[in-house]
Amino acid sequence: MVRPDAPIHSPFSTLAAGELEIVVFNSIRQQWLSNPRADVLAGLVVALALIPEAIAFSIIAGVDPKVGLYASFCIAVVISFAGGRPGMISAATGAMALVMVSLVKDHGLQYLFAATLLTGVLQMLAGIFRLPVMMRFVSRSVITGFVNALAILIFMAQLPELIGVRWPVYVMVAGGLGIIYLFPRITRAVPSPLICIAVLTAIAVYFKIDVRTVGDMGELPDSLPSFLWPDVPLTFETLKIILPYACTLAVVGLLESMMTAAIVDDLTDTSSNKNREATGQGIANIASGLLGGMAGCAMIGQSVINVKSGGRTRLSTLTAGVVLLIMVVFAGPLVARIPMAALVAVMIMVSIGTFSWSSIVNLRSYPKSSSLVMISTVVVVVATHDLAKGVLVGVLLSALFFARKVGQVLHVESSSADEGRTRRYTVTGQVFFASADAFVARFDFREVLQSVVIDVSHAHFWDLSAVGALDKVVIKFRREGTVVEMIGLNEASSTLVDRLGVHDKPDAENLMGH
Amino acid sequence: MTSSTLIHASGRVLAAIDVSNYAASVAGIAAWAAARLGAPLEFVHAIDRPSAQPEKQDLSGNLILGDREDLLAELSALDETRSRIAQESGRRLLDQARMLAHESAGIDAETRLRHGGLLDTLLELEVDARLFVIGKRGEHADFSKGHLGSNLERVVRAVHRPVLVAARAFSPVQKFLIAFDGSATTKRCIEMVSASPLLKGIDCDLLMVGESSAETGDLDWARETLSDAGFAINVHVIAGTADAVIARHVQDHAIDLIVMGAYGHSRIRSLILGSTTTQILRTCLVPVLLLR
Repeated sequence: MVRPDAPIHSPFSTLAAGELEIVVFNSIRQQWLSNPRADVLAGLVVALALIPEAIAFSIIAGVDPKVGLYASFCIAVVISFAGGRPGMISAATGAMALVMVSLVKDHGLQYLFAATLLTGVLQMLAGIFRLPVMMRFVSRSVITGFVNALAILIFMAQLPELIGVRWPVYVMVAGGLGIIYLFPRITRAVPSPLICIAVLTAIAVYFKIDVRTVGDMGELPDSLPSFLWPDVPLTFETLKIILPYACTLAVVGLLESMMTAAIVDDLTDTSSNKNREATGQGIANIASGLLGGMAGCAMIGQSVINVKSGGRTRLSTLTAGVVLLIMVVFAGPLVARIPMAALVAVMIMVSIGTFSWSSIVNLRSYPKSSSLVMISTVVVVVATHDLAKGVLVGVLLSALFFARKVGQVLHVESSSADEGRTRRYTVTGQVFFASADAFVARFDFREVLQSVVIDVSHAHFWDLSAVGALDKVVIKFRREGTVVEMIGLNEASSTLVDRLGVHDKPDAENLMGH
Repeated sequence: MTSSTLIHASGRVLAAIDVSNYAASVAGIAAWAAARLGAPLEFVHAIDRPSAQPEKQDLSGNLILGDREDLLAELSALDETRSRIAQESGRRLLDQARMLAHESAGIDAETRLRHGGLLDTLLELEVDARLFVIGKRGEHADFSKGHLGSNLERVVRAVHRPVLVAARAFSPVQKFLIAFDGSATTKRCIEMVSASPLLKGIDCDLLMVGESSAETGDLDWARETLSDAGFAINVHVIAGTADAVIARHVQDHAIDLIVMGAYGHSRIRSLILGSTTTQILRTCLVPVLLLR
């Protein structure tokens, strides 16, 4: 008989050997094998959507398509094991490719591999130090702006294939889009992008139409990727070259991955481990850099396709990566003959699917400040081709708008007594840099008073600007010969301390001063 | 194994039911156990919602404008319908179980409907539990193949309370069997049975599988402990493999319930060698009280 008051183990605090096994077994079953048939099929569909993006953005980045294709394979396979969001698709992405253009142009491919490695290390550190919690400062409007900007970038990346080319290209792109959007009306059992690619390739080959093909764009993979240490001098100079790129890549990659994870979380009504995802992205990029691939991250469009096709677990991500490599390595000669027009059609589809249509509809009904944040994010990204800058601007703007809004939560009431010889000011609300001037302006210094009482026990003084403003008020009254008495200064200035922990104090609900 | 059963004498009997064939017998045996223990009874049904899977797989692989929003709406609508149906059937199930408990043992049971997996739900409620009652197979298990439910072993391995595993049918216990092998776990079984009101006054067969000469000291200790607690005991020592001997004994001696130590070995070992506990649960058609 055990003591009745023997301690009761909580489910996860003390994992005995047997329980740990259970947790592992459960999660393997849940995260890999709970949905195998749908996952494998979805993985196949996703692989088809990965190839165009990998090829198209390798070209944009100025490297051979095989760099993007190896990267997509490595990242998809590694992230399926190391990632924190089952069912999300990661591979070589446009967002990352755009960052590395000038690095490849100025310093060459080997520096790209080195930067990819460093990106992976930085992302792993971010995961270990739990930086993904910082995502809470990225507001919904910024996320929407990011997603829309990404869609626009993906579309713009197709333009070089569409400008200054002969008419058959336009016909083929239009025909490809027609197939992609109309074929599902016949059957939804076969991926329409596959039909699009197959039909356009067949037509181009059969009629010997002279259009650019994937084979014209550079080397395709002809073997499995092999281990390869970047051929760069291990010097401080090298670090100086690659570090800025690696930082941007790490930030952009984590941003898109965290946003995609949030989208997949919503779609599947499940939760994900963001820190593990960040570390996983890092491991995947290190693997990619060592196997001759470029840096990548999660992909919004392809992840949505995955969920739509029924993919839910890690198995679908793994399938997508493996199938991609098999298709490219063993059907290489066929892939080389795919006309670029077919890939452009698929990428236009991905871009349209990535775009948040509701954000346009909501422009009219949403607060103007939110819309402004969203649009600014889009504009900055499209102008700089750098998603990190866009997000930075968006986050700063939303912080400013927020400060402005909260600064309006300030109310000063006054009542006079003693036949107009004394006056009592009662301050309620938030005093900080954005409301400090408004705070001073609420006092009437022209009024001739013997004494004034300022009750700030229901106000909060958040920073030094607020303290400065209060000093100013006191000094101004004194100069007029008025005796100033302060009430509740301790309560008001307690918010000055950096670590508040207001939420665990019983008067937390009084924070707004009411 | 580092985790062993803890007795929480003021806890309640928690019976997990789902829409399997076992619901009625779980309700019956849970009511019986609660009545004997004088403990409150609660029926639990966990609604485990698998992530929404569209009825027909859409492999078209294309994305149209606003597809992300549409997909979210579609998947949530699907979940909503399924959850609502699951909620209704869950309530009906719990009501039936409560009625059954009232009729068979005159116990007014409480009911609890929770979202989540069975194991997680039971672990959440463990703090307040004295005994878990669970069916051998759940609604998803394939009965014809004789496989046990996927939840059973996981629950038994994870919880720190006795688990009473219900068979297909329940009849009040006239005679029970303790499978004894002298190990620490089965010694704890003897101690717990002697101390508990659950089986007081019921005839007991103490069965040891092995050569009659071996470890008689432990066997004597077990017999004395049980008779001191007022049990009428028959001791059997039979040679053979544990699961076969126990199964035969259950049939030959009209045993209504087995008490045994559960899953003495690691999951890895049972994967390779098979587990005696699993064998007995599969072959014996009577309820089994598992202690660790």
